[in-house]
Amino acid sequence: MAAPSVNPGAILAPIRGRAWLVGDDVDTDVLAPGAYMRGPVEELARHCLEAVRPDFAAGVAEGDIVVAGRNFGMGSSREQAAQALRILGVGAVLAPSFGGIFYRNAFNLGLPVLVCDHGGRIADGDRLVVEPMAGRVADETAGIALDSDAVPDHLAAIVASGGLIPYLKQRFARQS
Amino acid sequence: MAAPSLAASTLAERIVARAAGRDRVRPGEIVTARVDLAMIHDSGGPRRVKPMLEELGVGVWDPDRVVVVSDHYVPAVDAQSAAILKLTRDWVKGQAIRHFYDQMGICHVVLAERGHLRPGRFVVGGDSHSPTGGAWGAFMFGVGATDMAGVLATGETWLRVPETILLHWSGQLADGVCAKDMMLHLCARLGMDGGRYQVVQYAGPAIAALSMTERMTLSNMAAELGAQTGLIAPDAVTAAGIEAAGGDAGDWADWQDDGTAACAERHSFDAGSLAPQVAAPHSPANAGPVDAAEPAAIDQCYIGACTGAKLQDLHAAARVLKGRQVAAGTRLLVAPASTRITAAAAADGTLAALTAAGAILLPSGCGACAGYGAGVLAEDETCMASTARNFRGRMGATTSRVWLGSPYTVAATAVQGRIADPRPFLAERP
Ligand code: SF4
Repeated sequence: MAAPSVNPGAILAPIRGRAWLVGDDVDTDVLAPGAYMRGPVEELARHCLEAVRPDFAAGVAEGDIVVAGRNFGMGSSREQAAQALRILGVGAVLAPSFGGIFYRNAFNLGLPVLVCDHGGRIADGDRLVVEPMAGRVADETAGIALDSDAVPDHLAAIVASGGLIPYLKQRFARQS
Repeated sequence: MAAPSLAASTLAERIVARAAGRDRVRPGEIVTARVDLAMIHDSGGPRRVKPMLEELGVGVWDPDRVVVVSDHYVPAVDAQSAAILKLTRDWVKGQAIRHFYDQMGICHVVLAERGHLRPGRFVVGGDSHSPTGGAWGAFMFGVGATDMAGVLATGETWLRVPETILLHWSGQLADGVCAKDMMLHLCARLGMDGGRYQVVQYAGPAIAALSMTERMTLSNMAAELGAQTGLIAPDAVTAAGIEAAGGDAGDWADWQDDGTAACAERHSFDAGSLAPQVAAPHSPANAGPVDAAEPAAIDQCYIGACTGAKLQDLHAAARVLKGRQVAAGTRLLVAPASTRITAAAAADGTLAALTAAGAILLPSGCGACAGYGAGVLAEDETCMASTARNFRGRMGATTSRVWLGSPYTVAATAVQGRIADPRPFLAERP
């Protein structure tokens, strides 16, 4: 696949939700536990982050935002780690850094993840508004604005299409 | 396929430039590269990519450039794993893929032992330990299933050209200290994001002295440094290893690091002063010298995985275990990394030495490494493993605790029933 170019019409809407705080080095085995990898991913999603936040899968609402420490999603290439978050309705993930494979997987599955050095200024449960294309994060509860890196151009088209497969489908359709 | 001969380009940049059809590339650029070889396994492979390719209405772009290995759910333990393995077989047949290794070992080891890897090649693997291929001078990195579906559909992928972080090792390893100890030390020193998703490249006299098996352990655990891949420039050892595997070393001499390229970072280490390392739960970065580790009592010792169950790893364990017994109250499980390794270890007496000591032999596959197969841990159990990762709950119950060590250290721990330094076991024969 060619390096995707931005579709100017594809602008991601702002994402509104509550913050779910997790620490540094949250790994893919915690996001997608091995014991459930054989079965349906919807079942696996119910155990997402169970080992570090047992309240997460049952409590997370559509649009909520995971606010993580360094190296979020490190470890395995299993993309069920990002898929589980999407199935649970997570709107975006903010972290100072991401595991390299997870970062690609998230965009491929239509989940925007933003490099954001939030430095502990966001509290658990705060109401956030995230604008992925502009790289802006507003914490309405704390009344502060934070910067994040904007979604890079070459990934914007993918995530705006809903992921790599819908993106490629559109591209193939244009070619034929 | 001539290697772009450019001064001031790193080995990684030269491989990416060739795959991208460019004279040169620079770190930070986004490029599209043609894929020379794609490797997938039963877990992230056909069962995930099949519906995506169907959605796109295409098959694999070149069946001869695709290698499929069933290793995660082998042998089947229930209806779900049996169905995954069957789906894999059926899909391989439908796509006319010739290179299919069904239950013959762990993908990263099988790919090398069957001669699929060559220096200078751009290789994508559907598994996070794909950097293992870097030991052969190939730019090999891991991707998730959707990325892989894109590769299989189009034969190409995008990447941001990585910087190179040079890890220079001088000196010579002491007896009982090996590549696994080097990697645990690097995890402790650099952290699990020290690789910054750039390339780490291993160089220096201590690297040149290592066998291909040991080099593969280094490149394998580049994943634990958070690097995109872990390269070692090919030399005569690489070429001989490829020929021995029935592969074609071809133009290996063209893929040298010219040494003039500016690396983004350079770190130096002394192999001679390195002690055996142990990583405490729940991170490979929690590593330190074994003699400083708490001598925790261990319920299970596990010699397995792509990282720690190659033939040389089994030889190391056998050196410790020969003529000794696994301690009462401890169990030792051994899952050789491939069926060829099992056969070789049977032929040279290694398996006999292990089983005489009380080891339980498991099938060749990922096994308990990621908690998929035989040997998972119960609540609160402790394990010492030769695997790459000791994340919370990875090998079983979330309250279980896993330490990581070399095959020497795992074997010594099995004899002692507690975390133990292997060096005294090597010094005195029973
Ligand atoms: S042995 Fe473990 S680390 Fe290696 S490929 Fe299998 S699950 Fe991954």
